[in-house]
Amino acid sequence: MEDVDEINKPLFAGLSDVSIADDIPVEGDITVPMSSPSVNDEISTLDEPVKDTILRDLKAVGQKFMHVMYPKKSSALLRDWDLWGPLLLCVALALMLQGGAADSKDDGGPQFAEVFVIIWFGSIVITINSKLLGGTISFFQSLCVLGYCILPLTAAMLVCRLVLLGSNGLVSFIVRLVVVTASFGWSTFASTAFLADSQPPNRKALVVYPVFLFYFVIGWMILTFSASS
Amino acid sequence: MSASEGAKNTNTEPWGGFDDNIMIQGSGSAVIDMENMDDTSGSSFEDMGEMHQRMKEEEEVEAEAAATEDDTGEDGEFLGMKGLKGQLGRQVADEVWKAGKREASKAFNLYANIDILRPYFDVEPIQVRNRLIESMIPLKMINFPQKIAGELYGPMMLVFTLVAILLHGMKTSGTVIREGTLMGTAIGTCFGYWLGTSSFIYFVAYLCNSQITMLQMLSLLGYGLFGHCVVLFITYNVHFHSLFYILWLVIGGLSTLRMVAALVSRTVGKTPRLILCGTLAALHMLFLLYLHFAYHKIVEGILDTLEGPNVPPIQRVARDVSNAATVVNSTVKSVAAIIHSR
Repeated sequence: MEDVDEINKPLFAGLSDVSIADDIPVEGDITVPMSSPSVNDEISTLDEPVKDTILRDLKAVGQKFMHVMYPKKSSALLRDWDLWGPLLLCVALALMLQGGAADSKDDGGPQFAEVFVIIWFGSIVITINSKLLGGTISFFQSLCVLGYCILPLTAAMLVCRLVLLGSNGLVSFIVRLVVVTASFGWSTFASTAFLADSQPPNRKALVVYPVFLFYFVIGWMILTFSASS
Repeated sequence: MSASEGAKNTNTEPWGGFDDNIMIQGSGSAVIDMENMDDTSGSSFEDMGEMHQRMKEEEEVEAEAAATEDDTGEDGEFLGMKGLKGQLGRQVADEVWKAGKREASKAFNLYANIDILRPYFDVEPIQVRNRLIESMIPLKMINFPQKIAGELYGPMMLVFTLVAILLHGMKTSGTVIREGTLMGTAIGTCFGYWLGTSSFIYFVAYLCNSQITMLQMLSLLGYGLFGHCVVLFITYNVHFHSLFYILWLVIGGLSTLRMVAALVSRTVGKTPRLILCGTLAALHMLFLLYLHFAYHKIVEGILDTLEGPNVPPIQRVARDVSNAATVVNSTVKSVAAIIHSR
């Protein structure tokens, strides 16, 4: 301890040279930005009704749906990612694909778990692939984008079920083919619009190919789905 | 020059005191003290002290623990309630710490592994396209080792494509898999073939003293699957026996020849070449045959019944396995009964 004191003494003696001169007044206004409206908003989420919270989250999810349906170069989907939308879409799609196979003895229809696994496993593979190719996107951002971009395909599934309610002939097949192809193209286009910026420019084709394959498999499952008749 | 000198002088002037210190303390400790100078509160010294104290305490505790562990065999009384409690707490804390550390290191390793794998995915689209085309063109050069690119992007994507095609084939053929999903079976088959055969051929190549690495083997076999993808994609949609056999021989044969040529060029001696290439060619061609017929048989059956003159197409009698089984069973039984009665 004595050693330390010995070292300290001359050190702090040196510091005294740098001290503030007496004629400069050491005073001023210290204001803490306590009451800005945004802070109040965040505090109020504690005692707001649960309905408001859920509605707000649903609204956020809905806004992201709009981004997917109208894919302009926006970073909203990337900036505040969430996995609620993908989960909703995935469950909806799996349930609708399940519907035909559940009540019949025919095992050929896609099972709920299968759809679920294809969607999540596929997104993870695509994400890892884009990481390996040198993309600068984070893991969950990519999952979020790929999940939200299933939206057109889920819509196509809904249309297909409605068409299947009406008739089951050649005309309905052609209608379904057109709808599924359009939504498949839309999904691929939207996801590339979001994901392409984070990739090195000369490797976009390599990243897009697995995305294409992923949506192609889902689209093909939707197209070949037929409610048990 | 004069200006810079002036600047230097003004710079050094406020630090005059420090220079004195350095003179006093000697040059050895100067650097450390300069670092500490920024911290006017002197908390770093406290930290140092604290750290030292803690280390000492830990050492003492460990020594104590060792002592208690040693002593327990001789007299159990020494292990009082307090010591037990402390030890237990420490053990639990240790466990929790270890578990947390393991998890963290695992997560970190995952990211580290991604970085390790990255060089194998370092390709351009044109390179991938060229390699896909080259996988169909066997080179006749066998005196000089052929160049094999060690890259995994193409093979991975081809395997996933094959999975998708296989899934399509399974669906259209109405394959039913008990205790498992189509997806799992397709992925298992494709990855199993790719990894399994690569390892096996690598092992054989090692025995045959062939100049090839595991990475090159994976890449070679992966690109060899391009032919399979093409053939299966066509034949799952266009159902003709003859078309399949022609494609099997031509496209499958070309991609197999390409791999065989590459392996031959890297192996010395007739017998090793024959063993290695025979194994690879047989496995590769038979796998294509298997994939085609395993998930295509039922559609073929439908076609046969459609072509057959007597059986109406809707009935599907020939493919009803349980019916066939009962028929066979009953005939066997009746034959047995006849024999028995005689």
